[in-house]
Amino acid sequence: MKARHQRLIAIGLVLVGLGLGTTFLLRAMNENILFYYSPSQVAAGEPPEGRRFRVGGLVVNGSIDRAPGDLEVRFVLTDNAKTVPVVYSGILPDLFREGQGIIAHGELTKDGSFRADEVLAKHDENYMPPEVEDSLKQVHGGAET
Amino acid sequence: MWTWFHKLGSPPHFYRIATRLTPWFGWAALLLIVAGVYGGLYVAPTDYQQLDGFRIIYVHVPSASLSLFIYVNMALAAAAGLIWRIKLAHAIAAACAPIGASFTFLALATGSIWAKPMWGTWWVWDARLTSELVLLFLYFGFMALRAAIDDENRADRASALLAIIGVINVPIIKYSVDWWNTLHQPATISKLGKPSMDSDMLIWLLIMLAGFMCYFVAVVLTRAKAEVLQRARDQKWVRQALEGK
Repeated sequence: MKARHQRLIAIGLVLVGLGLGTTFLLRAMNENILFYYSPSQVAAGEPPEGRRFRVGGLVVNGSIDRAPGDLEVRFVLTDNAKTVPVVYSGILPDLFREGQGIIAHGELTKDGSFRADEVLAKHDENYMPPEVEDSLKQVHGGAET
Repeated sequence: MWTWFHKLGSPPHFYRIATRLTPWFGWAALLLIVAGVYGGLYVAPTDYQQLDGFRIIYVHVPSASLSLFIYVNMALAAAAGLIWRIKLAHAIAAACAPIGASFTFLALATGSIWAKPMWGTWWVWDARLTSELVLLFLYFGFMALRAAIDDENRADRASALLAIIGVINVPIIKYSVDWWNTLHQPATISKLGKPSMDSDMLIWLLIMLAGFMCYFVAVVLTRAKAEVLQRARDQKWVRQALEGK
């Protein structure tokens, strides 16, 4: 066996070993890498109790309720199975709207609602001009608008 | 076929080929990027949700793609240098690093500028953003390691090993948005299946990507030429190449 074959095999083995190691490490840490919990996971009691965490879901249509003369806003997040009511006071991102994916950071209060001190909008991977969106809505029935 | 391969590995031959190719890639890059910037900023329609804010994608996505593409190239060149003991391959790996680091920084900076109004934050520690930041540090580590070792051969070998080990991070960046739930959106353009972007917008993105790619080739050839010249500074062909045409 030539020296360069030995080096090739050595590099291959190093990569395979490191790859396996990283895979196991990431699998073990999976829970910490998850950026947010879904409302179903919250309902099942998966987030650690008494600690701050993030909950992510879609804003339920018609659930946005702004207090007059105040920054406080209430809305409901859903993953189409369970819902979590959220209370937040502060500036909302540009993309915040009904039906949008939202991630709220905060903690559960005793009455079962989620008190957020940070609200982030999750953008999806779709890009299209407004006309295309209009025609899409017409195809799927204009009821959503 | 192997004579061709060995010929390419010879520095004087590489120097001649690179000198001939560089202007082609340079001009192609300039034309494509000018066309892509014009198309992306004026011709492409606005997005239904983000309006004009989405246009930063024309810099962000090509930079992010290039940051991964360059790293893979750098690691392959480093591996070739390590396995076959080709000094030219080490020179190319060394030439890749600062360009890759610049594109990684550009991807992080443009992403951050976009994220503040759209997501509502400059930065979050989700899997995609964190792994891309690790990529920037890998580039920095590679450059720092080379600079720290005086002996050329030892610097080549040590940094090549670092580049190869760091390649583990590339699939993590690419698939982070699929493996974990992240704030960063999943891929818009994938090889399989229809891209979830309107074709009037997508065409300019692909033109920008091609332009960035040509820019990378032009710059990496120029940098590798300089690296090759510096390494072969006491050899006869260098004097001939620089003095007499």
